Amino acid sequence: MTMKPETTAAEIAKAVAGGKLSALDAVEASLARIAQHDKVLNSFTDVTADRARAKARAIDADIAAGKTVGPLAGVPFAVKNLFDVAGLATRAGSKINRDRAPAKRDATLIERMEAAGAVLVGALNMGEYAYDFTGENVHDGNSRNPHDTTRMTGGSSGGSGGSVGGALVPIALGSDTNGSIRVPSSFCGIFGLKPTYGRLSRARSFPFVASLDHLGPLARSVTDLALAYDAMQGPDADDGACSVSGVEPVTSLLSGSISGLRVAIAGGYFQKNVFPEAVEAVSRVAQALGTTQVIDIPEAARARAAAYVITTTEGASLHLDRLRKRPNDFDPAVRDRLIAGAMVPAPLVDRAQKFRRWYRAQLAEIFKSVDVLIAPATPCVAPKIGQVTFTLDGVELPVRANIGIHTQPISFIGLPVVAVPVPLEPMPIGVQIIAAPWREDIALRVAHALEKTGVVSAPAPRGF
Amino acid sequence: MADPLDDYIDAVSKALALPVEDAWRPAVRANLEVSLRLARLVDDFALPDEAEPAPIFTA
Repeated sequence: MTMKPETTAAEIAKAVAGGKLSALDAVEASLARIAQHDKVLNSFTDVTADRARAKARAIDADIAAGKTVGPLAGVPFAVKNLFDVAGLATRAGSKINRDRAPAKRDATLIERMEAAGAVLVGALNMGEYAYDFTGENVHDGNSRNPHDTTRMTGGSSGGSGGSVGGALVPIALGSDTNGSIRVPSSFCGIFGLKPTYGRLSRARSFPFVASLDHLGPLARSVTDLALAYDAMQGPDADDGACSVSGVEPVTSLLSGSISGLRVAIAGGYFQKNVFPEAVEAVSRVAQALGTTQVIDIPEAARARAAAYVITTTEGASLHLDRLRKRPNDFDPAVRDRLIAGAMVPAPLVDRAQKFRRWYRAQLAEIFKSVDVLIAPATPCVAPKIGQVTFTLDGVELPVRANIGIHTQPISFIGLPVVAVPVPLEPMPIGVQIIAAPWREDIALRVAHALEKTGVVSAPAPRGF
Repeated sequence: MADPLDDYIDAVSKALALPVEDAWRPAVRANLEVSLRLARLVDDFALPDEAEPAPIFTA
């Protein structure tokens, strides 16, 4: 078998396990694509070629010895550079963190991916300290969108979006605090899974906002997303928020019928401040799922506001000492947001946390009568790199502050979401498939059904 | 006359030993105005005295 850019993780793993492709050839193909295209995409900050080749050879030796290999055997993958990678300083998109000692041990999710046979090929560019929706980085340069390299990847998992969208790797891992998996998935035209808060371990990853941080996979097919998700599930005492007691595999359930599921379109707030392309994408997905029902999500604007307040204050708390000692080593835009966050009075933060519980209860009521909500992932397709404003309904709005307006009210209460790519021309855009807590299986089944209809897909972009 | 928000920034900067150089002040102030505007939106929402916060969040 010959590796092609569009070859999926599932196809690679099957070919490797069946002796039709060596793990080393799969890894070399990925390394060659990184060498060929990443000068433009700028998605990688570290390429771990020696480590990857050694791991691939070990898998090939196991196969030659007749040993059973994992469901991701030989699949190259990469991680946002806030994951600990043994031997690398975990920079989290910053200049300051480069002074940290090299990590002694991989993040839990890397260990689990590699236990399933996947092969880490590198660490990926990201917005500084994950406080970003653009994929721009003043220290490492901007990630570039493979569909149009003058445009943003979205952030903060910008390199994760660019590397998967550009078919350099079939799977990348990212983090999502307010939308940082779903936004680059939307802008780069790929699938992304933000699981339920507490589902996947964050152990040995650099934090941002402890009560909002999630980790998850990005891929170009739903099956690949599910394979990675299944490989990474399970309890982990090293992450205090990881609250699962076991695993609930979904890959074998993807083809299950969705005919009994109750699907509704998120109304009100989620239908405001959107460009025509976002309206079109939601409409196509709703039509494919046979729904016209619209449900208003109460107080979603306030939920977004509360997520903003919790983010800026918890983020400021995390970085307070660095802001005192090394303020000039931050990206100035991130520094100034964090300093402002440190100045928000404490009672307002407490009220945001109280509102959070109220809002969670409202959504729990809604999920008694529906199984899935659909909503835009971003209000627009990827803006130009460096673009500061866009004009909507004649009103000029700041880009950075408005990219995540539809993702923030969802991650605020930890709901699982699959971002699915609608391949509009010339640029793709994502739609959120949102389920009740712990029902990733439902969101993934719906995404898989949509993928089978062709309404959502992640073709490799022209030129890549 | 000094602006109250500028006075507040000066006071918190001193209380937290957090430097705010003159060159950064306009951006810090602009960000703080956004944060306070959004925080007021949350503050305006009436919650009962018994409302529990979710500082340790479970979905």
